[in-house]
Amino acid sequence: MDNLLSITTFIPALAALILALFLRGSDAAAQRNAKWVAMFATTATFLVSLFILFEFDASNPGFQFVEQADWLLGLQYKMGVDGISVLFVMLTTFMMPLVIAASWNVTDRVKEYMIAFLLLETLMLGVFMALDLVLFYLFFEAGLIPMFLIIGIWGGANRIYASFKFFLYTFLGSVLMLVAMVAMFSDAGSTDIAVLLNHEFDAGTFSILGIQIVGGMQTLMFLAFFASFAVKMPMWPVHTWLPDAHVQAPTAGSVVLAAILLKMGGYGFLRFSLPMFPVGSEVLAPLVLWMSAIAIVYTSLVALVQQDMKKLIAYSSVAHMGFVTMGIFAANQQGLDGAIFQMISHGFISGALFMCVGVIYDRMHTREIDAYGGLVNRMPAYALVFLFFTMANVGLPGTSGFVGEFLTLMGVFQVNTWVAAVATTGVILSAAYALWLYRRVVLGDLIKESLKSITDMTRREKLIFAPLVAMTLLLGIYPALVLDIIGPSVSALVNNYDTATTAAAAALQVVGN
Amino acid sequence: MSADLTLILPEIVLAAFAILGLLGAVYTGKDALAPALTWATSALFVLVALWVGLAEPETHYGFGGMFIDDSFARFAKVTLLLSAAAVLAMSEGYMSNRGLLRFEYPVLVTLAVVGMMMMVSAGDLMSLYMGLELQSLALYVVASLRRDSIKSTEAGLKYFVLGALSSGLLLYGASLVYGYSGTTLFSGIIQTTVSGDVSIGLLLGLVFLISGLAFKVSAVPFHMWTPDVYEGAPTPITAFFATAPKVAAMALFARLLHDAFGNAVSDWQQVVALISVLSMFLGGIAAIGQNNIKRLMAYSSIAHMGYALMGLAAGTVLGVQAMLVYLAIYVTMNVGTFAFILMMERDGQPVVDVTSLNMYSKREPGKALAMLVLLFSLAGVPPMLGFFGKLYVLRAAYDGGLAWLAIAGVIASVIGAFYYLRIVFYMYFGDENAQGLDGGKSPVLWGFLMASAVVMVLGIVNMFGVEGAAAAAAASLVVN
Repeated sequence: MDNLLSITTFIPALAALILALFLRGSDAAAQRNAKWVAMFATTATFLVSLFILFEFDASNPGFQFVEQADWLLGLQYKMGVDGISVLFVMLTTFMMPLVIAASWNVTDRVKEYMIAFLLLETLMLGVFMALDLVLFYLFFEAGLIPMFLIIGIWGGANRIYASFKFFLYTFLGSVLMLVAMVAMFSDAGSTDIAVLLNHEFDAGTFSILGIQIVGGMQTLMFLAFFASFAVKMPMWPVHTWLPDAHVQAPTAGSVVLAAILLKMGGYGFLRFSLPMFPVGSEVLAPLVLWMSAIAIVYTSLVALVQQDMKKLIAYSSVAHMGFVTMGIFAANQQGLDGAIFQMISHGFISGALFMCVGVIYDRMHTREIDAYGGLVNRMPAYALVFLFFTMANVGLPGTSGFVGEFLTLMGVFQVNTWVAAVATTGVILSAAYALWLYRRVVLGDLIKESLKSITDMTRREKLIFAPLVAMTLLLGIYPALVLDIIGPSVSALVNNYDTATTAAAAALQVVGN
Repeated sequence: MSADLTLILPEIVLAAFAILGLLGAVYTGKDALAPALTWATSALFVLVALWVGLAEPETHYGFGGMFIDDSFARFAKVTLLLSAAAVLAMSEGYMSNRGLLRFEYPVLVTLAVVGMMMMVSAGDLMSLYMGLELQSLALYVVASLRRDSIKSTEAGLKYFVLGALSSGLLLYGASLVYGYSGTTLFSGIIQTTVSGDVSIGLLLGLVFLISGLAFKVSAVPFHMWTPDVYEGAPTPITAFFATAPKVAAMALFARLLHDAFGNAVSDWQQVVALISVLSMFLGGIAAIGQNNIKRLMAYSSIAHMGYALMGLAAGTVLGVQAMLVYLAIYVTMNVGTFAFILMMERDGQPVVDVTSLNMYSKREPGKALAMLVLLFSLAGVPPMLGFFGKLYVLRAAYDGGLAWLAIAGVIASVIGAFYYLRIVFYMYFGDENAQGLDGGKSPVLWGFLMASAVVMVLGIVNMFGVEGAAAAAAASLVVN
């Protein structure tokens, strides 16, 4: 199995091609076929990806399963995973069958819908496996196309605005990264990520138009990458596309967006910004830390006043991503461990929360919080699942949400106590908005006429939530499952970062004397 | 002498074919021969392209250096011949159905192509002008081919008047260059600038030459004619304008700047970079409110020429290579896009309003998907091949020390992405109840559309070898 990664990546694309070429008609039978092909392909991808996980050598901090071939313009087709990326690959393959199952009720253009999601899976997997700068960019950007179509075709009432905003916002962020990539290619003479990780980019201070740029090229490139990843994360204040996109996207689109697409930003910080531009990161880390702290508090407050459930969860996602960026730029073992853990766990939890909204949206066709109340009377199973994930979102110990938040806060506390203090208030606020949402939707008396005949979750819906509940609990109780895999790669990253920043600090001191 | 004639044998064959076609058509049934003649011309273009393309990779000079046959010229010739062949093949059905297919059309196109082949092989200001005028005069006439339409004749007239102005600028520049260098040969002009000093007169001449050529590639600020001519001319002819002449003019641009002024890169770099950045932004912004898809494509081509000029502005081998790759990708995309536009009709009448594409994807999922691929490729979104074109020119510009141009270019590409997305919006998210378009059942057009879309997707594997050919071509042009 030399091509394990490529096989995993391209199974969904192959299924999409088969659907596009051979599936005819749009009657009920064709729709069912499309759904089953997609289900089969995503499940097969998950099963194949299990081989990656089982054969992955957790003690090796380097890249594994590497595949390499020459490509255009001196680029390479190079794939590989290390401790940081392998779990994102697993998260993607794990979530996709659930996403397909969650869209079983789609009736409009089912074939195209499944094709879009299958292609999206290929592109997302490619992002986490690519070991060539341009290959990464290719997968990273190409993901915009299916997502643009998913929001635009199957989205809600205001979908056009949301899809354009989503596309142009993220596209603008990424093109600056492209220029920085071209600059890196010129500077290092290679686009191989393994080579670039060992390449030292010039960090000598210089000035442009009279403005002193501390950290030189590294700072500029960091900013260019930051423009892309911060939008993707999304970080305050460039998060405004996310609530729009989430609200308008169909349920499955929201799940993919929250569970996987947002993680690309964090993954990018870990793969590029921190290891390749350590000096630039060091220079700008205080700014990023404060931005994260503001994001956590501000978006939690915004979440409190939302009328729309999806919007509330979207803002809560922004807040949780704030913990991630905070942990990453604390740049120590706890912070990074926590950030990665938080991303994985947020993938399960936020995905599940959007599916929770989807369950009642399918029945009532509204996401207004005021339209609900007292659901516990007619939907006990739903109330239980929703409660579980609300608690996980708040970060209750015993769920995976707690581990990530705790580790990142611990990491940041060592670096910047004030940021940690501000961010901790976010934990309280998150409890406030999440529990309040739960109370308004699920608890109380069932007085609304329209809800009197609402039915509880079907067996299909319960089956979707079961694996998510299991994973959330498992990681909450035994976080070492994740931490053992990411540990060696993270400590290698931290060591390199410390060496580089110490050397740069020494160099600055010499200049100062 | 016979060696010289052997060198221009492809051009002679095409010219002879044009004259024979003219005579044959006049003496037989006039327009009755037109469809056959169109297909024959298209086939001949493909054959000549093969002939030129498979030649030995050597450089030959003919007529005392006035005619250059090198890898660069051959690359450009193959590109423009193939695109002209594709456009002719696409136009036959459309023009026959509308009674526009006159026998002059293939003949004029052949003459224009001969002119273009002269342009890209020019090694002298005289042969440059000769080729350029042969091309332009043929194009002025085909622009007004629809004689009973005010818009078409207006397009032809506008094109002619402004074209004459640009030719005047070009000639004035040529005379200044001749006056200050004492020769019209490119190889002679470059000798006068070996020291790196360029006299002020030569510099003025260079600026006028650039202005004249910028008109031909429709770069800002010499672009004003483009939307009107694109809109007025019959659609197949618009497709022709958007492809082959652009390749020829860009190749000539590169030939002149490198062969004649290769020692003065720093003198023309800023000028080319400026028109490049202006073209990219104007092309991106002006099309935002445009509902006429032909005018939209005109602005799109202005923006694309801006990107090609970005490669040229780098002033390096890589820059020329990037420009050639970009042009090859650009014409492939445009052939497919225009095949789609030619199929846009309602009750047999051509439609050019993008709003008429409402929910096109429901009626014609295959064609809509192909167009989707082409639109994202035009916008430069990966993984389509159009992205790699942009990547090449960005790389060239950055390596050439024009980082600011690269940054400006990517920002302009985001602005431009909006109007391509607007078409996607109509095709996929539009209003379902609006009146739609006919199915359009032309297998030829369908084939070109699909082929172009497939190339945009599969081309990212190895670009079908175009990369290597472009590298060889660039190396033969830029010596240092």
